[in-house]
Amino acid sequence: MVPLSWFLILGAALFAVGLFGVLARRNAIAILMGIELMLNAVNLNLLAFWRYLWSDSLTGVVFVIVVLAVAAAEVAVGLALIISIYRRRSTIVAEEINLLKW
Amino acid sequence: MSDPFTTIDQFIKNLLIGLGLEAEVTEVALNIVGAVVLGLLVGATAIILIWAERKLVARIQDRLGPNRVGPYGILQTIADGLKLVTKEVLIPQGADRYVFIMAPLIVVTGVIGIWAVMPLAPGLIGSDINVGLLYVIAVGAIGTLGIMMAGMSSNNKYALLGAFRTVAQMLSYTVPMILALLIPVMLAGSMGMSTIVEAQGSAWFIVLAPLAAIIFFISSIAEVGRAPFDLLEAESEIVAGFHIEYSGIAFGMFFVGEFIHAFTIAALFSVIFLGGWQGPAVESFPLLGLFYFILKTWFMYFVVIWVRSTLPRIRIDQINAFNWKFMTPLALVVFMVTAILDKLAVEAGFNRAAVLLAANAIIVLGTLFLLRAYATSQRRRLEVTERPQVQRSEAASD
Amino acid sequence: MTGPQIIFLAAAAVTLIAAIMVVTVPRLVHAGLWLILSLAGIAVLFIMLDNGFLAVVQVAIYIDAIAILIILAMMLTRAAMSDTEPQINRMWLASAFASLIIMAGLLWIVSQAPAASRGPLVDAEVGLDALGRALVDVDGFILPFEIASVLLVAALVGAILVAMTPARGD
Repeated sequence: MVPLSWFLILGAALFAVGLFGVLARRNAIAILMGIELMLNAVNLNLLAFWRYLWSDSLTGVVFVIVVLAVAAAEVAVGLALIISIYRRRSTIVAEEINLLKW
Repeated sequence: MSDPFTTIDQFIKNLLIGLGLEAEVTEVALNIVGAVVLGLLVGATAIILIWAERKLVARIQDRLGPNRVGPYGILQTIADGLKLVTKEVLIPQGADRYVFIMAPLIVVTGVIGIWAVMPLAPGLIGSDINVGLLYVIAVGAIGTLGIMMAGMSSNNKYALLGAFRTVAQMLSYTVPMILALLIPVMLAGSMGMSTIVEAQGSAWFIVLAPLAAIIFFISSIAEVGRAPFDLLEAESEIVAGFHIEYSGIAFGMFFVGEFIHAFTIAALFSVIFLGGWQGPAVESFPLLGLFYFILKTWFMYFVVIWVRSTLPRIRIDQINAFNWKFMTPLALVVFMVTAILDKLAVEAGFNRAAVLLAANAIIVLGTLFLLRAYATSQRRRLEVTERPQVQRSEAASD
Repeated sequence: MTGPQIIFLAAAAVTLIAAIMVVTVPRLVHAGLWLILSLAGIAVLFIMLDNGFLAVVQVAIYIDAIAILIILAMMLTRAAMSDTEPQINRMWLASAFASLIIMAGLLWIVSQAPAASRGPLVDAEVGLDALGRALVDVDGFILPFEIASVLLVAALVGAILVAMTPARGD
């Protein structure tokens, strides 16, 4: 039997790794990948809680589905923004996109 | 009479348990053996597939085809395979070694993985999961990943161009394919593959949803990347596309993967729309189901080859326009009409098949009418712009 | 150690190592491929949580659509950032520290949770019928469902508008 805490520990570690990617990476696409990792960590936790504590209701599953939809929307808009920035300013390094930081 | 496949399964299981193995270990071991046998069978089918395809295409083009090695050239594929195996796998300079080698493996894995949920006969299915069709879509699209890995790791601009074309084409044609697949799911009330086959006992889904069948067929041909949608390897434009740098057995895997993929969509079509193993007298002799399934699959494979050798290749802008301006809207309309009418017809007590057929016929007529209006307006526009040229050429001939 | 525990540890190790590679490897395309491996590990864990449906959805949405789109965007913007220049910024030590603190906090909360050592509930095979009905049930989850739909439509329109080639002449 796998105890609930194992899933939670993995979720916490995955979230921290994703957070590091978001904070430390310079490339905007790599930052997006970090966000995906964080969303996956959240999904894992939601589903683990659903399976271990509330498997009689569907709340956890519905939450995961909503997070999946949010992730899809986020990637579509995020990549569109990155490609648009690349077209106009030919850079995708997050530090160099600083027009509003004067 | 009980079903023979369960009997065989039970027999082997009891034999192994009798030899002193634990029940759980036996279960796992049998699953692994079953998966290996199924995968090898599908892989071995490719030998016949390649021969049959070359022979058929040759006949359609008024040639003889392979006829030197063995009777009717049936051993030609084995000879070619041996040649490929003995050749060296070249890895180009500057290529991404591991990704380059992994790419053909992923393509073949993605295709063979689909067969895990293929209902071959009543009671004979790798794994009867309740989300079978979703699994088919998910695993089937992994091949795109392999092709993209091949394109980007080859360090070759033609390979990269081929990979870009592949992703654009495959990702967009997945949309009408999924929409078309939702209709049989709706009619059967389940995503499990064997439930879908069982639901076609009275009427095959090609009768209930002919338009969905056609949309699925076209978009899955595009998904495989066969003519007329074989832009990803258009010889005249980008040499060979994503597999330009591959040689030896690595190329052979791409080659085999493509043939098995075409055969797999034929099998999927026969399972989802032609009733799979359904046929006369299948209840009393389950082995007949396997025969019906293979018969239908080979018929669909013949249609795929027929289409391939008859239609010319279309341009990349035409491919995308055809998908987004024609297939996707049509699939959406068919999906919504089927959903509403199926519900209403069953509640009102009408004949389901008659209502759905009539609805499909009306949609076909409406689509043809719209296309005609569009073509007429296009022609008028072209005539207006081209008239001066026509007159000039007439003047020149005078 | 039982069978499920071994499978969990293997899947968790693959997921975590692949995730660490995602945020550390210098070649961006490789990071994308590691991301795919990590997402596949999550799908295996979903199967372990008795939800095959979400596992397959995870593969279909994340690996087939999101990861492939991300790699495609990488190849489109390849000229902007070579693989040889530094991929992590000057603040990476502070970032690592912040991440570690967050992780420590989360682990502390997990250790305080009373239910952490619980085993799974007995029967939890999610009925797809029930899920489908709950998503369109007025007493169920119709509001999140509709909000997700609106969000997807907004994202679709927004992505097209943002990525559209600027009209020539302006």
